[in-house]
Amino acid sequence: MGQQVLNGIFLGSIYALFAVGYTLVFGVLDILNLAHQAVFMLAAFVALALVADAHLSLWVALPLAVVAGGLIGIVLERLAFRPLRGRADSNISGLISSLAMATVFEAIALQIFGPDISRFPQDTFPDRVIQIGGATASLLQICIVAISVVLMAVLTLLLARTRLGRQIRAVAESPRAARILGVNVDRAIAMAFFLSSALGGAAGVLFGLAFNSISPDVGRGVELKGLAVIILGGMGSIPGAVIAGFALGVIEVFTVAQLGSSFRDVVSFAVLFLVLIARPRGLLGRAAAREA
Amino acid sequence: MSVARRWSIPLLLLLIAAGCKDQGAQAPASGTSGSTAAPAGGAGATIGAALSLTGPAASYGALQRAGIQAALEEVNAGGGAKLNVLIEDDSSTKEQGITVFQKFINRDKVSAIIGPTLSNTASAADPLAQQAKVPVLGISNTAPTGITDIGNYIWRDSLTEAQVIPGAFKKAQEKLKFKSAGVLYGNDDVFTKAGYDVMQKALADLGVKVVGTQTFAKPDRDYNAQLTALVSAKPDVLVVSALADNAAAIVTQARQRGWTGAMLGGNGFNSPAFIKNAGAAAEGVMVGTSWNSLSQDAANQKFLAAMKKTGVNPDQFSAQAYTGVIILAEAVKQAGGKTGREDINAGLAKVKDLDTPLGKFSFTQGRDARHEPSVQQVKDGKFQIVQ
Repeated sequence: MGQQVLNGIFLGSIYALFAVGYTLVFGVLDILNLAHQAVFMLAAFVALALVADAHLSLWVALPLAVVAGGLIGIVLERLAFRPLRGRADSNISGLISSLAMATVFEAIALQIFGPDISRFPQDTFPDRVIQIGGATASLLQICIVAISVVLMAVLTLLLARTRLGRQIRAVAESPRAARILGVNVDRAIAMAFFLSSALGGAAGVLFGLAFNSISPDVGRGVELKGLAVIILGGMGSIPGAVIAGFALGVIEVFTVAQLGSSFRDVVSFAVLFLVLIARPRGLLGRAAAREA
Repeated sequence: MSVARRWSIPLLLLLIAAGCKDQGAQAPASGTSGSTAAPAGGAGATIGAALSLTGPAASYGALQRAGIQAALEEVNAGGGAKLNVLIEDDSSTKEQGITVFQKFINRDKVSAIIGPTLSNTASAADPLAQQAKVPVLGISNTAPTGITDIGNYIWRDSLTEAQVIPGAFKKAQEKLKFKSAGVLYGNDDVFTKAGYDVMQKALADLGVKVVGTQTFAKPDRDYNAQLTALVSAKPDVLVVSALADNAAAIVTQARQRGWTGAMLGGNGFNSPAFIKNAGAAAEGVMVGTSWNSLSQDAANQKFLAAMKKTGVNPDQFSAQAYTGVIILAEAVKQAGGKTGREDINAGLAKVKDLDTPLGKFSFTQGRDARHEPSVQQVKDGKFQIVQ
């Protein structure tokens, strides 16, 4: 029982980290970035290449891969979103152009890394098991949860306390008002993409380490889960995404253990469905007052 | 207008689209991997080989290709019938398997087909060949039912799980003296599901109590939930029916969960890729096998020498693939050198006590393989035969 909760927290921390970046872009731009899962996948491959081919330590490769994820996010914003900004239907066209970018990214990964499952070398991370009460966790799992929580805390602080955070929040509130007040809107949006994709990339590296299997389609399953998480948490709400990420992780683990793997996604999406009926804004979603 | 409402329809469409997308798009379409290992001209039989060179079963396909090429060199260097093999990738999927079979049957007009790698693919593609009366020789299909029962043109040289597992488990129990087991199997694949059915029966016949049963799906990466549930039931052994990629991850995560006990695997574990990917976690895992690597028979020694030339480490899958080519060459010989589809099918029925790396080989009445199985265990990073 305790062990299963731990398994759920572990899985949930990756979902939450993925979804926080996903929901950040949604909160700022009102646009779903469907290439988020591809950034997740590419960053995992970047870390893999740095560790396996360049023989770097994981502790060097991880931050580099996270920055690479962020840079891919900036490229993504320039190619898929900025040219469309200001058009009447930029929400839908942005959604579709991000889907196109996801396909392009997957094709690139397919060309470079092949369709098969790639793995980190055996000795990438020390194999140590730690007892917590009656449950066990590997050192890797604890590090993954810790890294996720720290990154999410950093993002929250950054948004709440720094000048950049204030600018991003101002753009989220109203791009026009922000521009009148002297905020460089394009730069703020690009930075939001950088942060979002860096976190998505971090989630990808951690996922790759945790389950030690990376393939060009690895992001797809997580994408659906991430979508469920941000809807459940309330579109655009960062604390909501964190809570929903952990909740879905725990729900998924108990579903698989009690009902079988065939129900893995059934229960998660049933919960999503019920929450949407009872509370269409999601758990911590904002009232839509500012839109009116 | 509320955010939720504005987005509800695109989101719904998206969920549906994303759900569908996953089904068929796992591997790139491939039709360009055709390669031949023998001169195309001259009198000889053209054989199509549908192998999983990409996708979840790619680790087997590569070994099978090496086995086929090693055997071809030998057959074509001999004085008997010349064979020409076209190799195509079935991407480990039913859909691509069907496409490849159609190409072999209608466009390449092959005399016989070798493959496909997975039972799952065979269950979908073999009926096409049966209908067109093209003999198929499976070289790795081990699902007990649903392969050779398709019809009288479907043969295989691979022992079924039902032929290997009971003997392997009995031998393992003699060594390990286990009384209870926790079982984990893939329930979305014909082969792993069929393997589970056989394992369940074998365990019951040995009087082993099953204290827990859990399932997973091929695309899954996280098995912690299932393994935690199984380990908490405190079985003496873990029994796993999975393909090599899943198997490596399952064994690794089981060791991370603190499982130090023994593990028994199905045929999916029979791959060097399993040991390579699971690393130290694979130590001690026991698997039934249809190929005894230590056999001193002349046919096996010849196979080992031929594989050495290809630079690929031999395993059960390459041995069975190699044997497949040898059997087809024998079938052509039995048919008096004729290479028509009917001739080869009739020739296959006459193959008896043929010397192969697998041992003395014959077909059963039901066109399944008949020869002696063995048990092997991972020791120092290698499969070693348990005597």
